[in-house]
Amino acid sequence: VLSLPHRAFFWLVSLLLASLIWFVSVHLSDREDSKLQYNLLVFGAAVSVLLQEVFRFAYFKLLKKADEGLAMISEDGRSPISLKQMAYVSGLSFGIISGVFSVINILADSIGPGVVGIHGDSPYYFITSAFLTMAVVFLHTFWGVIFFDACEKRRYWCLGLVVASHLVTSGLTFLNPWYEASLVPIYMMTVCMGAWAFCTAGGSLRNVLKCLSCKPEEDGRVMMYSALRVPFED
Amino acid sequence: MITFMNNSDSEEEPCNERTSLMSAESPPVPSYQDGLQASEAGEAQTHRKRRTGGSRSPNNAADGNMSGSSVPVRESALENEEEELTLKYGAKHVIMLFVPVTLCMIVVVATIKSVRFYTEKNGQLIYTPFSEDTPSVGQRLLNSVLNTIIMISVIVVMTVFLVLLYKYRCYKFIHGWLILSSLMLLFLFTYIYLGEVLKTYNVAMDYPTLILVIWNFGAVGMICIHWKGPLQLQQAYLIMISALMALVFIKYLPEWSAWVILGAISIYDLMAVLCPKGPLRMLVETAQERNEPIFPALIYSSAMMWTVGMAKPDTAARGPSQQTWDTAEDGRENHRSPSHSDSEILETRSPVPTHPITSLEELEEEERGVKLGLGDFIFYSVLVGKAAATASGDWNTTLACFVAILIGLCLTLLLLAVFKKALPALPISITFGLVFYFSTDNLVRPFMDTLASHQLYI
Repeated sequence: VLSLPHRAFFWLVSLLLASLIWFVSVHLSDREDSKLQYNLLVFGAAVSVLLQEVFRFAYFKLLKKADEGLAMISEDGRSPISLKQMAYVSGLSFGIISGVFSVINILADSIGPGVVGIHGDSPYYFITSAFLTMAVVFLHTFWGVIFFDACEKRRYWCLGLVVASHLVTSGLTFLNPWYEASLVPIYMMTVCMGAWAFCTAGGSLRNVLKCLSCKPEEDGRVMMYSALRVPFED
Repeated sequence: MITFMNNSDSEEEPCNERTSLMSAESPPVPSYQDGLQASEAGEAQTHRKRRTGGSRSPNNAADGNMSGSSVPVRESALENEEEELTLKYGAKHVIMLFVPVTLCMIVVVATIKSVRFYTEKNGQLIYTPFSEDTPSVGQRLLNSVLNTIIMISVIVVMTVFLVLLYKYRCYKFIHGWLILSSLMLLFLFTYIYLGEVLKTYNVAMDYPTLILVIWNFGAVGMICIHWKGPLQLQQAYLIMISALMALVFIKYLPEWSAWVILGAISIYDLMAVLCPKGPLRMLVETAQERNEPIFPALIYSSAMMWTVGMAKPDTAARGPSQQTWDTAEDGRENHRSPSHSDSEILETRSPVPTHPITSLEELEEEERGVKLGLGDFIFYSVLVGKAAATASGDWNTTLACFVAILIGLCLTLLLLAVFKKALPALPISITFGLVFYFSTDNLVRPFMDTLASHQLYI
C-alpha cells in the first residue's frame, strides 16, 4: 500500500518528461503537417514507453536499497516485505496509475450527453477503451513481476523482452480502429505475460491444483503461491 | 505542520506529555507527536465577512494559522529498537494520515465537480481586495501578489496573536475563540453547503427537517471536537470542517491569487515552524513545557491516548484505552510485542489542563499517533480542489496533484521520523503539487488528449 503512491509518482514523472519532449518537438515542428504530427506522436509514445521502463528500473533500484535497509534493522535479518510482493505492488500501482490516466477522462466524458462515433469513428470506442485499459493494467502488473525478477537474477534478456513487449503493445494500439488486429493480440500477450509472471513468481500447475482442491497446506511450496497475494499489511 | 510531540523534559525526567491525542507505548519506544497547522483564524474571519457583509466584530473567533510545533522526541536507550520501531510506526503513521487526507480531498473534489456554486465567482473576500479582472497580465500578477501579501500578513498577525494569548495563559479567550469559530463552521457553513447540495440535486427539504439535521450535526460536532467523543467521529468531523473551509477558500479566492497564496503559505509554514522565533514553534514548545495538549480543535490526530490523572496499575488502564485505540489499528497488533501495551495510561481529553500527570508510569509512555494540523488539510484540499475546478484537463491534473501531495506527505513523514521534531507539512507537498499542476496542465494534458483521440496507449 505504501509504495502505491510512490510508484504512481515515478510513473507520473516519466510521463511528464515524455510529454515535455513531445511538447518541445511539436512546438519546434510544423503545426500544419498532420503526417508529421502523427509521426511525432508515435515518437512521443515510444519515448514515453522507454522512459516508463527506465523509471521502473530506477524504482527497482530504490526498492532494493530500502529493502536492504529494512533487512538490516529488522529483528531476524529479513525484510518484512519480500521482493516478490514489492514487485507485484509496484507493477500493480504502475498499472493502476497508467490505466487511470488513460481512461478517466473517457469515463468522465461518457457520462455526458453525446453520441459515440458520430463523426465516423468507431461506435465501440468506450467499450474497447475499457478492455484495453484492463489489459494495460494487467500487463503492467505482470511486467512489474517479471521485470523485478529479471533484475534480481540479472537475466537481461528477460528485461529486453519486457521492454520489447511494452513497445509492441503500445504499437498495436496504433492500429486502433481495426480492433481485431489490436485487441486480440494484446489480450494474447496479456495471457502469455500472465503465465510467465506466474511461473516467475514461483507458481506452477501443481500449486494451482492444490489451491483449488482446498487441501490443507502440507509443504512449504504452497507458500510460494501466496507470494502473489498482497498481505493485508500492505 | 507535522510535529512530533515529545516530552519537553529532559530524558531523565518522566515523560509528562499530556497531549490530547497520543497513544501510549512501551518505554523503549520514543514518542512521536505531530503538531499541525490550523488556519482557522483566517477562515473564521472570512466567514464573518461573508455573513455580516463587512462589519468586523471585536471577537475574532477565527483561529490564526497555527502550526503545531513539534516537540523533540525523547531518545530511547535502545537505538536499534527505536529505529526499527520508528520505521514500523512510521509506516503506520503514513497510512493513518493518508486516509483522512484522501477523504478530505475526495469530499472537496466531489463537491467541486458536482455543485456549481463553489466554482461560481461571487465576489471576493475582504482579505483579497484586488480584483483579477484586469486587462493586462502584469496588472493581474501584481494584484495577485498584493492579495497574497495581505492574506499572509493577516495569517501571521492572527498566529502571533494566538501565540501571545497562549503564552500569557488567556485560555478562556482562546477557547472562546475556538468555540466560536467551530460554531460558525459547523452551523453556518454546513447550512450553506447543505443548501447548495440540495439545490444541485433538486431535492426538497422543509425547514423543520433542516433545522433538526443541522442542529444535530452541529451539536454533536461541537461535543466531539471540543470535549469527548469517539475517535473516528472526531476525525470525521475534523475532515468535514477542513473540507468546508477549503471549499470556501476555493470559491472566494481569485485564480492567480490562490496559487500565489499557496506558494507563499508554504514558505511561511517553513519559516514559522523551523525558525527559532517562529510563532508555531513557540506554540509547540510552550505547550510542551507546560505539558498541555495543543487545542484539540486545531489538530487532527490519528490515535488517541486516554490517561487518567492518577497513578494506577497498568492492567486496569489497558482495557478501555486499547478499545478506543485499537479501532484505528486493527491489523497492526501483531507488530506489537506484549510489553508495549503495558504502560498505556488513560487521560481524559480536556482542553484545559488542570492536573499535570506526574506518575512514574508516564516515563514509559509513548505516543504512537501522528498529528497533522487542520490547516495542512485545508491547503492540500485547496490545491486539489483548485486543480479540479480550473484545470481544463480535468481528472488527469487532479489525480496528478493528488499523487504529488501524497508523496510530499510521505516524504515529510519520513523526515519527521528522521529528525524527530516538528516539521512543516506544507512546503514539500505544496511544492510538488504546484509543480505537478502546472506541468500536467500544460504539458501532459495535450499529450494525453492527442493520444486518447487516436486511442493510443502508452
